[in-house]
Amino acid sequence: MRFYHRLASPRHFYRIAGQWIPWLAGIFFVLLVWGLYESLFVAPTDYQQGESYRIIFIHVPAAWMSMFIYFIMAVAGAINLVWRMKMAEVVLVASAPIGAAFTFLALVTGSLWGKPMWGTWWVWDARLTSELFLLFLYLGIIALYGAIEDKRTAGRAVSILALVGVVNLPIIHFSVEWWNTLHQGSTVSLMGGAKMDPRMLRPLLVMSFAFKFYYGWVLFLRARNEVLERERNTSWVRELVEGKAT
Amino acid sequence: MKPSKLSLGSAFWLLLKRDLVLAMRRRSEFINPILFFILVCALFPLAIGSDPNLIRKIAPGVIWVAALLASLLTLDSLFRGDFEDGTLEQYVLSAHPVSILVIAKVIAHWLITGLPLILVAPLLGVLLSLPAGATGILVLTLALGTPVLSLIGSVGVALTVGLRRGGVLLSLLVLPLYVPVLIFATDAVNTAVTGIPVTAQLSIIGAMLFLALALAPLATAASLRVSLS
Repeated sequence: MRFYHRLASPRHFYRIAGQWIPWLAGIFFVLLVWGLYESLFVAPTDYQQGESYRIIFIHVPAAWMSMFIYFIMAVAGAINLVWRMKMAEVVLVASAPIGAAFTFLALVTGSLWGKPMWGTWWVWDARLTSELFLLFLYLGIIALYGAIEDKRTAGRAVSILALVGVVNLPIIHFSVEWWNTLHQGSTVSLMGGAKMDPRMLRPLLVMSFAFKFYYGWVLFLRARNEVLERERNTSWVRELVEGKAT
Repeated sequence: MKPSKLSLGSAFWLLLKRDLVLAMRRRSEFINPILFFILVCALFPLAIGSDPNLIRKIAPGVIWVAALLASLLTLDSLFRGDFEDGTLEQYVLSAHPVSILVIAKVIAHWLITGLPLILVAPLLGVLLSLPAGATGILVLTLALGTPVLSLIGSVGVALTVGLRRGGVLLSLLVLPLYVPVLIFATDAVNTAVTGIPVTAQLSIIGAMLFLALALAPLATAASLRVSLS
């Protein structure tokens, strides 16, 4: 409980996050190297898709992260609205560009994979479409936060928006799925419905953990910057800056 | 401050009546969106050619997208005037729950901007050569769907009302949330063209209406508090 309270104060968050950053970065790089090695050299070649299926080791974890981060942001938004916790706001705001980047990565890798597999960069498949609208939800949050000058007000506004978005996300996903199955039929399904070889599953899981640690690492870096910017008029930030300058 | 003697019900009606009277005094507020709606629909045949079969095929989508844009354009007027003259702060300070007052404002706004769209939709159906049966369904989907648009939009407006140029931002916030209504409404009309019953789609839009009616006013009220702080 005491740890929780300390994490809620910007000053202690700044310090604790600073201690965690090297660990998160280190674990991320170890997992990344391991995951890339497994996915590029150990995992067998797919009998149907050849080598190009290997992009799923980036694509699928990125798509998972895109939803996971939005969920984290909605939880942070709820915490901020109920308890007015400054750090929840910082986490929400710092997460948004990372989530948008993962969503973008999932879309780009998906379309790179789609070109040789489906013969087209883009199809209006249910998953692609809902991922695209997820990207718009992220961009909306980033844009709203940027548009409001007072950052505390902006933080609360994006908290509401994140919650509204998380209620709508399943509805959007469901409706897009309905739309797709009615009009296009299931011409394509990701993964081909086949069960996975464990030698393929392992790099996938390793990569997804690597991405989680990457998120934690970059989130803490961004959150620390956000804290410094917001608290720039407080004495502890001044001491910190002056202490380092001398 | 002494709590106001006005009951919640009469506050609700007074607010609704006030907004309608204000709109009647400025007719352009509800005539311009209709003109916009008709104009956008009239642009499509010019852009894609006059083949009646093609026009009939895209008619439901065109009419719905035009309705979506018309609703988006009028959203800003929902709270703008009240925000500028300070009335909005009085609502938030009043003894009544803001979410209920928000419902009154959204209903008034929908009567001014949503209802006229429904009334001219049959005309557009004729212009874009929709079959009569499908036009009936089109009117039904608009009747169920446009209130959802107003309710969802009210959250976006409440978030951006304090900003000087919130227009483009508003569309970025609100349009992705309009997707489910658009999908089910156009699907209902497209299905109706082929003569298959569309009760499933209509029920789902109805469900969205009730969900939006229950949740959107709460989010709008919270957003107004943030915007006014």
